[in-house]
Amino acid sequence: MTGSEKKPRIGVLAIQGDYAAHAEALADSGADPVEVRNPDGLDGLDGLILPGGESTTMLKFLERRGFFEALEKFAAGKPVFGTCAGAILLAREVRHPAQRSLRALDAVVERNAYGRQIDSKILIAPTSLPGGPLEMVFIRAPRIAETGPGVEVLARREGFPVLVRQGKLMAATFHPELSADRRVHRLFVDTVIASTQK
Amino acid sequence: MSEMNGNKSFTGTSLRLKVGLAEMLKGGVIMDVMNVEQARIAEEAGAVSVMALERVPAMIRAEGGVARMAKPSLIKQIIQTVSIPVMAKARIGHFAEAQILQELGVDFIDESEVLTPADEAHHIDKHAFTTPFVCGARNLGEALRRIAEGAAMIRTKGEAGTGDVVHAVRHMRQIVKEMKALTMLSEQELYAAAKEHQAPYELIRMVAQTGKLPVPNFSAGGIATPADASLMMQLGAEAIFVGSGIFMKERATPLDVENDPKERAEAVSRAKAIVIATTHFNDPKILAEASESVTGTMKGLAAASIEESQLLQTRGW
Repeated sequence: MTGSEKKPRIGVLAIQGDYAAHAEALADSGADPVEVRNPDGLDGLDGLILPGGESTTMLKFLERRGFFEALEKFAAGKPVFGTCAGAILLAREVRHPAQRSLRALDAVVERNAYGRQIDSKILIAPTSLPGGPLEMVFIRAPRIAETGPGVEVLARREGFPVLVRQGKLMAATFHPELSADRRVHRLFVDTVIASTQK
Repeated sequence: MSEMNGNKSFTGTSLRLKVGLAEMLKGGVIMDVMNVEQARIAEEAGAVSVMALERVPAMIRAEGGVARMAKPSLIKQIIQTVSIPVMAKARIGHFAEAQILQELGVDFIDESEVLTPADEAHHIDKHAFTTPFVCGARNLGEALRRIAEGAAMIRTKGEAGTGDVVHAVRHMRQIVKEMKALTMLSEQELYAAAKEHQAPYELIRMVAQTGKLPVPNFSAGGIATPADASLMMQLGAEAIFVGSGIFMKERATPLDVENDPKERAEAVSRAKAIVIATTHFNDPKILAEASESVTGTMKGLAAASIEESQLLQTRGW
């Protein structure tokens, strides 16, 4: 994008978690990041990131003040990208244990499926993105156990999807915001720009 | 960072994963729990993590004796109960307790001054572990010494078990003031600053360049109300630890959350309100609502009334 174009305004859900790292990655990728703590914070945004953190904590906040319903409506029309806890919130179904989710992304996600913190890992693996292998930081990561026919898988770990796209929605079970490589955030910012031009 | 290569480097895999988990806890509340029911309440209230221990600091202070790592059976029960990360405390310098905690699958180890220290000169070499560590600090030098040893998160010490926030405030203000002062120094003044703070030059230089710690900076020690949590967040804390503030009634008596529904409701109200206050720390309207929803607060002990020799915060070197 050129400097004369207006930057897309992309919200980062700032209840808890590494939202500051996402805001930095968005700013690096040509977007104008906005912290969102209340449902009215969604007004006027072009897209939204649901960051990493604890999905149980985020859910408690979403279940107050009509936040959950506002997010459901937002995800039905605008681009949303969920990483780790955010991917759990976006899923059609959550297991281990079962919990409420936005049911926007046609996928089943299992929480803490790779083990505890001692099992956290940084992997470098090929993806469908141009530019060679991608570093992927997995922290107490969930697993995308099943995906529907409309879901495109952009990267896998041990056969299971770790980066997926379904129309304007994206989800990663790793943390692209914790790597210096900005390709994943740029892909999301491009998705947001494309959706505002329609 | 020539001295901190490989796993000891901030660009090394091990420390990045450790700091990564600390990043995920930002903006949240970590709650001390002594049994399964308390752990359940903490998770339901929206805690981002629980700290499993046998006695909260207020009880340790009142009852005395040697305070050690919690029983493995208790830690395992709590790990099985909640889906959020579980922390546990090891005594300062007691690397064998830390080895046991790592083996149990604890997600974060607190090398804590709240327990009775096991070594009068050395802290645990935290680089030797896969599990991340959090350590307490009262000033920048202490924080950077712990980071040099491999801590992936720093918290203010405050004065645990009092319900008096004054020392947490003192420690946070001290660390923030000392970091600000470093950013004003020229390159050639940083060597003397390292000597003054008794901290490695490389870490001093990092703080001078960025104005912040190279790991997340949380707050603990005496935080008992939603307003206390907001105060610490506004002073620069990135998340909050609450020890005795949620489950204690009198100084050494916990609320009976297992048998008394009224006391359980009180613990739930305190836990929920502190979680809300930590996220919305900058929104006085929401803070007022959260404060109003609390049905009671621990009695507390004024930190100024504690004799110097009885302070927990002076433990650690």
